[in-house]
Amino acid sequence: MTETKQQYGDPMTYPIWEAAARYELLIQHCKVCGHYQFYPRPFCLNCDSDQLEWKRVSGDATVYSKTTVHLKIAPEFDPPYVVALVELDEGPRMLCNIEGGAAEIGDRVKLAWREREDAPPLPIWMPA
Amino acid sequence: MSKTDVYIVGAAETPLGEVYDHSAYSMVALAAHEALDEAGLSIRDVDGLFINYMGEEGTVQLGEYLGVYEPRYVDSTDVGGGTFLTFAHHAMLAIQEGRCEVALIGYASRQRSLRLRSAQWKQSVLNNMEQFETPYGIPVPIGHFAMATARHMYQFGTTREQLAEIPLAARKWAQLNPKAWHRDPLTLDDVMNSRMIADPMRRHDCCLITDGGGVVIVTGADRARDARKKPVRVLGAGESQRTWHISQIPDIVETPAVESGRDAFGMAGVAPADVDVLQAYDAFTITPLLAIEDLGFCEKGEVGAFVQGGRTAPGGDFPLNTSGGGLSYCHPGALGMLVLIEAVRQARGEAGARQAPDVEIAVAHGIGGLMSSAATLILACD
Repeated sequence: MTETKQQYGDPMTYPIWEAAARYELLIQHCKVCGHYQFYPRPFCLNCDSDQLEWKRVSGDATVYSKTTVHLKIAPEFDPPYVVALVELDEGPRMLCNIEGGAAEIGDRVKLAWREREDAPPLPIWMPA
Repeated sequence: MSKTDVYIVGAAETPLGEVYDHSAYSMVALAAHEALDEAGLSIRDVDGLFINYMGEEGTVQLGEYLGVYEPRYVDSTDVGGGTFLTFAHHAMLAIQEGRCEVALIGYASRQRSLRLRSAQWKQSVLNNMEQFETPYGIPVPIGHFAMATARHMYQFGTTREQLAEIPLAARKWAQLNPKAWHRDPLTLDDVMNSRMIADPMRRHDCCLITDGGGVVIVTGADRARDARKKPVRVLGAGESQRTWHISQIPDIVETPAVESGRDAFGMAGVAPADVDVLQAYDAFTITPLLAIEDLGFCEKGEVGAFVQGGRTAPGGDFPLNTSGGGLSYCHPGALGMLVLIEAVRQARGEAGARQAPDVEIAVAHGIGGLMSSAATLILACD
């Protein structure tokens, strides 16, 4: 896991990937004000408290915006594919791909995982 | 003129389009001499340098190249393509404080001739893009603006036809500008059926990739008296910034133009309704549309109806991006310099065939980064 910490520049994100290996999504939660925040920081952006914990969330979300990419940006990506911002029920937004069917802005989506060879599973979303 | 008034006294483009016979530095040197000539000044008078995107320690490298030794004030603020408008704000403050007298803002890029552009962002261990954005294949910054467009259409019912007003008007303005890259006719069908890049954005919604740049000279009232062309007063200036990671954008259909516009209009003591011509950074079709809303020319969500019917095109009553903008005239990676230069020319009334009628107040608005930053200048001749 030290390797994971070094792979990504920010060691504070390590619990997210440790949980991803178990197909669980963790989001930082403020014990003082209840604010959820993604990505993690040492302090709550809402109330400045340092009383932060990790909470497992369902990943249930709503599509905030999306685009179907037709541009070939690198060898590992095969257009067309959907890049979206989803808004978790807890509040934070995450960038992702939507796979396994079509979802429009405002539609409900649920968490799924994409296996990767060189890294922990990657959270993606699919129609609910 | 009062002692604290600050003026733009020189504005010149570098060679534009595809440049094979100059380096970026020699391009800036050419524009610097032209702009200083307009100002009635020489490179020996420059004591403030405002440079970025020209290599590491850009003020040092370009200062050496131009022969500006021992400037009293330097600035390499890095907020993206609109940074040059931010520089103008900073130069104004430095001049008002007496920290420099003649500020040179300069930029040039050969991104086209050297094939430097990529839709993948440079990776950094200092942020979280590599783990939370890059694996999803988002084209940067195209994906950001595509999702802003999609959300605007969803939230406000903005139509593709309304969006198409922007590239169509840009082309009509470009046809009046001999220096514009694209001057051939463009139809609504061309725009609506051009190659899909990132839905709903098509080819004609995306800016050019060209070489280019420019220089702007800013000085105080005393030195502005030497100018060979009409000095353009900075009536107001404002800047702000919001986010870097796309997940952190609080509202993808609102930009920090809300804050930069509030400060610029507040300082100038004028309202959007007083503005005669707007230059608003057009990296993509949606970019100037969001600026029109966020600067207060219309209510949030109403810009589709606001621009309808050719209002922003030549002959329309809301002239926008009169050079042809980033969509049809030139986009050298960082467009803000050319946005500012065109605003100066419109304020002076020297834009020839593309001059907007009866310009008293011109606004230049820049954005930068990943929908990150904004800077706004309110300009007028005395």
